[in-house]
Amino acid sequence: MTIDWSWIGDHTDDLTTLTISHLQAALTAVFLGVLISLPLAVIAHRIRPLRGFLLGLSNVLFTIPSIAIFVLLLPVSGLTRTTTVIGLTIYTLVVLLRNTVEGLDSVPVKVKEAAKAMGTRPLRTLLTVEFPLALPVIMAGVRIATVMSISLVSVATYIGDGGLGQLFTDGFQRNFPTPVIVGVVLTLLLAVVADAALVALQYVLTPWRRRRA
Amino acid sequence: MIQFDAVHKRFPNGTTAVHDLSLEMPEGGVTVLVGSSGCGKTTTLRMINRMVEPTSGTIRVGGKDVTRQDAAELRRSIGYVIQQAGLFPHRTVLDNIATVPLLLGWSRRKARARAAELLETVGLAADAGKRYPHQLSGGQQQRVGVARALAADPPVLLMDEPFGAVDPVVRTQLQDELLRLQKELSKTIVFVTHDIDEAVRLGDQIAVFRTGGHLVQCASPAELLARPADDFVADFLGAERGLKLLSLRTLADVPQGPAPESGDWSLVLDAANKPLHWAAKATKDTKGAELPVRPLKDTDSLLAALNESIASPTGLIARVDAEGALTGVSSRDDIHEHAGQAHTEARVAA
Repeated sequence: MTIDWSWIGDHTDDLTTLTISHLQAALTAVFLGVLISLPLAVIAHRIRPLRGFLLGLSNVLFTIPSIAIFVLLLPVSGLTRTTTVIGLTIYTLVVLLRNTVEGLDSVPVKVKEAAKAMGTRPLRTLLTVEFPLALPVIMAGVRIATVMSISLVSVATYIGDGGLGQLFTDGFQRNFPTPVIVGVVLTLLLAVVADAALVALQYVLTPWRRRRA
Repeated sequence: MIQFDAVHKRFPNGTTAVHDLSLEMPEGGVTVLVGSSGCGKTTTLRMINRMVEPTSGTIRVGGKDVTRQDAAELRRSIGYVIQQAGLFPHRTVLDNIATVPLLLGWSRRKARARAAELLETVGLAADAGKRYPHQLSGGQQQRVGVARALAADPPVLLMDEPFGAVDPVVRTQLQDELLRLQKELSKTIVFVTHDIDEAVRLGDQIAVFRTGGHLVQCASPAELLARPADDFVADFLGAERGLKLLSLRTLADVPQGPAPESGDWSLVLDAANKPLHWAAKATKDTKGAELPVRPLKDTDSLLAALNESIASPTGLIARVDAEGALTGVSSRDDIHEHAGQAHTEARVAA
C-alpha cells in the first residue's frame, strides 16, 4: 500500500475544507450536548426520582446504532448538516449527562453548606460554587464526548455529510488507498489536538488544582 | 442579643432535637453551648441563621424574629464559622474571606482590601491571601474561616466546633486569638463545642444540653463549676471541676512576701531581677542541683499557681511583674488557702 503524495499536494484545499467541516460538526454537537446536559444534570442531581429516568434515557439513546439515527432523522431534517449534528449531539448526551451529574455529586456537602450559610442564594451557589467544583469531572466527560464525536462524524457520509469521512468512501469506491490513509491520519490528529486543547482549557479554568501540595 | 423563646425542633423522622428552649444570649458576650453529640447544640446554633427552621417558638436576633426575614439576607448579617473551616477550595484565601462583602454588593477592590486587612487581624501573613485553602495547614484554614465570618463586620458570630479538628497546641493558640479578638470586637458569639475546657475558657455563659435537646443549666463558668444544677451537669464537668474553677481565678489576691535568703534551695536571679532557676545549696556530697522555675504574673490563674507550687522544690512560686522582674514569692499554703476560699465563696454565693 503506497501513498500517492502528489494526490495530497493536489488536494490540500479540499482536505482543509473537509477537516474544518469535520471539526465544526463534532464541536457543534459537543457544544449543544453541554448546553442540553447542564440543565438536565441539575434536574437529575436535585430531583432524585428523575435521576434514574434521565440517565437511563441517555443510555437507551446511545444504544441506537448511529446509521439508524441518521436514517430516522431524515424525514425531520433531511440530508443536511443539521441531521449530522442532531445525531452526534444525542450520542454526546450519554457521557456529558452522566459526568455532569457525577460532577455535581462530587461537590463536598460542607462547601455547599458554607455557601448557603454565608447567604449565597441557590442559583448563585450553582453557578459560582457547584459548577466550578464539578468542572474537572464535567471536563472529563467533554473530552470523551469530543473524541467520540470526531470519530463518529465520518458515519454521516451515508447522508452526504461526514467531513473527512468522505475521503473513506472516495478511496473505497476507486480502490485508491491514499484518501483513506489521509482521512484516518487527519481524524486522529483532530482528536489528539482537540483533546490537548481541552486539557489546556481545563488547566486555565481550574487554577486551584495546580501546584497540589 | 439573641433570644430563644419556647423553641422546639422536631425533625421529619420524629426525633426531637431541641425541646422547649428558652434562652438569652447577651449582646457582646460569648455563649457556649455544650453537651454530648446529639444533644441539640448544633441544631440550636443553626436555627439562629435559619440553616434549620424551628418547628415552633420564636428566635429573635437584635429584637427581630429571624423567620420574618429573608433567609439569605439574614445569613449575610451573621458570621458563621464551621468545623474544618468549610472553605471554598476553588477560591483563593482572599476571595474566600471576601465572600460575604461581595454578596452584599461591595466592589471587588473594596472587598479584597477588607479581606487583606482581616488576614492581619487573624494573624496570617499577607502572602497567604493568594494561596488556595489546600495549601494551608489546618490551623491556618481555621483562621481563614474566622476571617471570612468577620468580613462584613456582623454583630453576631456563630461558631460550630470551629477548633474541633486541629491539634491541642494549635487549638489553644486559636482560643487565645479568639479571646484577644473578642476583647477588641465585642461580638455576640454563640460557640458550640463538646469540650468542657474550651467552654470554660471561652464562655461568658455556658449552656449545658442533655440528649433529647433539653437545656439543663445555663450559667457563668464559675457558677456552673461551683454549683452544677444536677448530677448530669456535674458528671459532664468532670471530676476535676474543682481545679477547673481555679483556672478562672487569678493569682492577684494571693499575698506575697520576700524570697527566702536561707534554706536548702535559693532562687537565682539575673541582672534584671528575672528569676532564672532554683539552686540547691552545695554540700560535700552534691554539686548543687538546679531546677527550673516558671515565674507567674498576677494575671495567671490559681490553677497555674497551684501547679507551679507543687513542682517547686520549696513549695514557693516566684511572682513577677509585667516585665518579668521578681516582685516576691507566695507559698503553697497561701495558694491552697486562697483556692479553698475561692471555692467556698463560689459555692455559697447566691
